[in-house]
Amino acid sequence: MTVLELRQTSKTYGAGPTEVPALRHVDLSVDEGELVAVMGPSGSGKSTLLTIAGSLEEPTSGEVLVCGRALSGMSRNERSRLRRRVIGYVFQDFNLLAGLTAVENVSLPVELDGTSIKAARDLGMRALDELGLADRATRFPDELSGGERQRVAIARAVVGDRQLLLADEPSGALDSNNGDAVMRLIRSACQRGVAGVVVTHDAQLASWADRVVFLRDGRIVDQTLPPAGPESLLAPSGNP
Amino acid sequence: MSVRHALLALLSEGPKYGLQLRHEFEARTGEVWPLNVGQVYTTLQRLERDGLVESDNAVEEGPQKGFRITADGEEELAAWLRTPPDLSSPPRDELVIKVLVASRLPGVDVHEVVQAHRRYLVQLMQEWTRLKEYAADRDLSFALVVDAELFRLDSLVRWLDAADGRIKRAAVEPVAPARPGLPKIPRKVEVRP
Repeated sequence: MTVLELRQTSKTYGAGPTEVPALRHVDLSVDEGELVAVMGPSGSGKSTLLTIAGSLEEPTSGEVLVCGRALSGMSRNERSRLRRRVIGYVFQDFNLLAGLTAVENVSLPVELDGTSIKAARDLGMRALDELGLADRATRFPDELSGGERQRVAIARAVVGDRQLLLADEPSGALDSNNGDAVMRLIRSACQRGVAGVVVTHDAQLASWADRVVFLRDGRIVDQTLPPAGPESLLAPSGNP
Repeated sequence: MSVRHALLALLSEGPKYGLQLRHEFEARTGEVWPLNVGQVYTTLQRLERDGLVESDNAVEEGPQKGFRITADGEEELAAWLRTPPDLSSPPRDELVIKVLVASRLPGVDVHEVVQAHRRYLVQLMQEWTRLKEYAADRDLSFALVVDAELFRLDSLVRWLDAADGRIKRAAVEPVAPARPGLPKIPRKVEVRP
């Protein structure tokens, strides 16, 4: 099933002589269980693509469908509900609320969606536990390491029954081991059926994806071919 | 990769047979560098000739012949470990040359050339990352080899990204013509351990 679909999506900032096209006629679809990385230099439109896919911004033209439903046909309330229930967002700088503990941060979107505090907390604990953070549940963000904070942010993005995980440079300033840990978690969420989109300029992060699309000047200019499988690297003829 | 020093390293753990050395070499390099049995014996013969290993003279040549490291061998191994490999002169990198040529050729879209190489490198990295995902936690040597390969490929992608940006900027604001006094790229720099 296609979870996210962008059809001929364009976004232009400003108007007239100061008009800046950020996205131009982008077609992209991401299936259930698939992890797609969007690579491109800064200013290529990566973050715009993600905010539009996450319904945080509206496209100037074209259509965005999440789980088969067009965002343009939804009311503000419906879109807010979609963001709380279906879409999880991981930001570069974590965006955790400093006054809430790890588990309160993770359960907040579920609680805001009308679930009881107790049930939301249980879901939050389960998400933290899956990411190996159960013993950090009552810590505040400033009592956690950078890697732990980003894992809490991922737990918040997958808590409950999210179907679409959007991540903007999710390894931020983390070192490569922590960056790997973040991508492992995102991949395992996808293996459980979540559709994932990671935007990054970092090829090591992007290489965790099933498919990498390349963005340049707001256009998708290329994408990777389906993988040949790791065995090809160890075959005697293809030995690097 | 120095097979010679890898064999000395294995023998520094204790005496071993030729066949055993081959198996251990492959296992320790994450089976990424297969080694033929002939290479092992030729290298062992040279090590013996140079007095860095000793063998059981009584036994005939073959998989059952045992080898051990000598004091000179230990010294050679210790010195080799601490000698930096020669990275002082820029390698003649085929990728760099292709991009340089593409940037000068009329009628060639250099960005398209860069992207073709970038896509290929990222695809290779995807395959190495799959290997890392499935196997790296089980074997330290393998994990180190996979990391090295990923960082190497990553550095090439980063160079392509930088080149792409530089070429794009140069098209907008052409760079000043090279002056005769352009500094020379060092061809050979002495490296002290």
